Amino acid sequence: MRALLILTPLLLAAALPARAELRVFACEPEWGALVQELGGDKVSVYTATTALQDPHRVQARPSLIARLRSAELLVCTGAQLEIGWLPVLLRRAANASVQPGNAGYFAAADYVTMQDVPQHIDRSAGDVHPEGNPHIHTDPRNIARVAEALAERMVRLDLDHKAFYEARGVDFSARWDAAIERWERQAQRLRGVPVVTQHQSWVYLIHWLGLREVATLEAKPGIPPSSAHLAQVAARLEQSPAKMVIRAAYQDARPSRWLSGRAPLAEVVLPYTVGGTPEARDLFGLFDDTVRRLQAAAR
Amino acid sequence: MKNWYGRIACCLLISISPAVSAADEAELDALRQEIDRLKRDYDKKIEGLEDRLDRQQQDTKTPPAQTRAVPTPGRRQVTDKAFNPAISLILNGSYTDFELDPEAYFIPGYALGEETGPGEEGLSLAESEFVVSANVDDKFYGAFTLALTPDNEAEVEEAYFQTLALPWGFTLKAGRFYSGIGYLNEQHSHRWDFADTALAYRALLVNQYGDDGAQLRWLAPTDLFLEFGLEALRGDSYPAAGAGDNGVGANSAFVHLGGDVGVSHSWRVGVSRLYAEAEDRESSESGPALPAAGDFTGDSEVTVVDFVWKWAPNGNPYRTNLTFQAEYLRREEDGIYSNVPAPYEAEQSGWYAQAVYQFMPRWRLGLRYDELDAEDPGIAFSNTGLDPGDHTPTRRSAMLDFSNSEFSRFRLQYNRDESRPETDDQWFLQYIMSLGAHGAHQF
Repeated sequence: MRALLILTPLLLAAALPARAELRVFACEPEWGALVQELGGDKVSVYTATTALQDPHRVQARPSLIARLRSAELLVCTGAQLEIGWLPVLLRRAANASVQPGNAGYFAAADYVTMQDVPQHIDRSAGDVHPEGNPHIHTDPRNIARVAEALAERMVRLDLDHKAFYEARGVDFSARWDAAIERWERQAQRLRGVPVVTQHQSWVYLIHWLGLREVATLEAKPGIPPSSAHLAQVAARLEQSPAKMVIRAAYQDARPSRWLSGRAPLAEVVLPYTVGGTPEARDLFGLFDDTVRRLQAAAR
Repeated sequence: MKNWYGRIACCLLISISPAVSAADEAELDALRQEIDRLKRDYDKKIEGLEDRLDRQQQDTKTPPAQTRAVPTPGRRQVTDKAFNPAISLILNGSYTDFELDPEAYFIPGYALGEETGPGEEGLSLAESEFVVSANVDDKFYGAFTLALTPDNEAEVEEAYFQTLALPWGFTLKAGRFYSGIGYLNEQHSHRWDFADTALAYRALLVNQYGDDGAQLRWLAPTDLFLEFGLEALRGDSYPAAGAGDNGVGANSAFVHLGGDVGVSHSWRVGVSRLYAEAEDRESSESGPALPAAGDFTGDSEVTVVDFVWKWAPNGNPYRTNLTFQAEYLRREEDGIYSNVPAPYEAEQSGWYAQAVYQFMPRWRLGLRYDELDAEDPGIAFSNTGLDPGDHTPTRRSAMLDFSNSEFSRFRLQYNRDESRPETDDQWFLQYIMSLGAHGAHQF
């Protein structure tokens, strides 16, 4: 009897916040924004990181554990991008539904074709991701693929709003495809433009727009660029000059600033994800601004 | 592309020009026309090819619907098998230089546990840690940490399983593990920000308290991090001893509260209490030529209050970040020391505060202050190690470390250690290397 007295309020507490909104924990702002596009007012999204944070290096803060505790759907990039922090959150959050393998765990990288999958894994090559380069969202065509799978997943978790999610998914995908066409038209002149990147965060963007990456400031992924390597890059650029050096809003400004002072190229700060620049307010703004900034620098 | 063909045409012209004489102007004109024709031909063909390429790219941009939703096959095989279970090895070694003999280490007022002190002098290997961990299945996670001492002894530091799927925010852990009390207690030595642990942990818990047992945590369903924990433990390791009470000789409870302030700040506070039974608890016999108090039998209660504050501009610790942490530990013991006829009842306490600042990528600077305080247990204990005299043990530390990547670290540390009545200048040069799986670290 006493056990029942203790258990009843516990059960009630567990059952109470049911089915108001689908509670989503998004690891990165791009997925938070995508869930918002697809879910509208039927979801409440908590985004764990901002565009000014490096998704590789986030601390498993108590606040993140607390937020994951009550999430019904976890949307992350996967491909080991969050390996430095997400496993701790999953172990500490005591939330069965978002564990890998369950419907509440959604890894976007599972739905796109990965690039830069290493043949050979050795840390002497830096912080390599065995599943391939995880910065998949820098190609909007990948976002289209993820959106489709994500909408299906949201339907599965929240059947009451099946028609709602499906309609929004169709609507988003139509608007997104039109936008991709627009961006590709705008970016036609960028084809073959030689660029330098700071971290290998842009392989998908470069592939999409047909840019030509001539150098990376990080000699090895995840290891800060040394001055010796920077000097080498500067020397190499004298032979084959690049138009611009690209970095994400969250990355350290110094290496690319140093290089743009040394070689005749433009320094371009791209939003990288939603919130990275004031213009990148949502996913559409993100690519509008990315293409605009690249065009301005290529001119 | 088009220019390229133009360039070839020019090169052709230039290369053949020495061969033609001024008289062959007409022939040259014919040649020019021929080249122009060729150029136009090629331009047309290239345009055709470019169109085809564009069309193909349009096609690949929107692949058929079925291939979209299906996870890419052939990709998983690289990872899950290669990295499951996650295996990692920590290599750890140092060069140390001490003014005073580390073998004769003691702290007035404390009967220290065994193997408590600043460590080996000179070049030495510290413990190598071998860690294997993985999700057992969809409901359980398991981890195993083996410490290999430089004397070729193996010691199971942790070996536990933990639930992942209990309802209502509960997590159960069972096996051998470091107790959840305090903040530093759960951290393995390779994660310490200094080469040695806080003086209070060294004196009151022999660096850290780990034991066999079970732990139940409950995480409140609130946006603020609020966690409660209860532990039942065997009671076979310092400050407990002898696995009293039929092998459930210790228990503890803790509460953690944490959150963020803006995007740049995060914090956690905790209060914990450990109750341990000690039966014939041995102490190290080092120290001055005073009669040892002997083995302790009685109750030991430890209270810990911990506080951690972390700052990183915009929540991005890459360039600069600062961690401040402070803990207060108090231990009340009540019992008998085997060589002293009178009962022992006294309170010992200690605190530390430290700040570690990463001032540029890869480089960190840390400062720490330690202080201990021991109550005088009475006249019966004068002239034993438990007599604190009028000395307040303190220690000031400064460290500088360099991490080439998250997996390698070198550290230089200086301690002005006044835990003994005489001052000890201590120098540490240390390396920590982690091989294998990415260990995700707790806050």
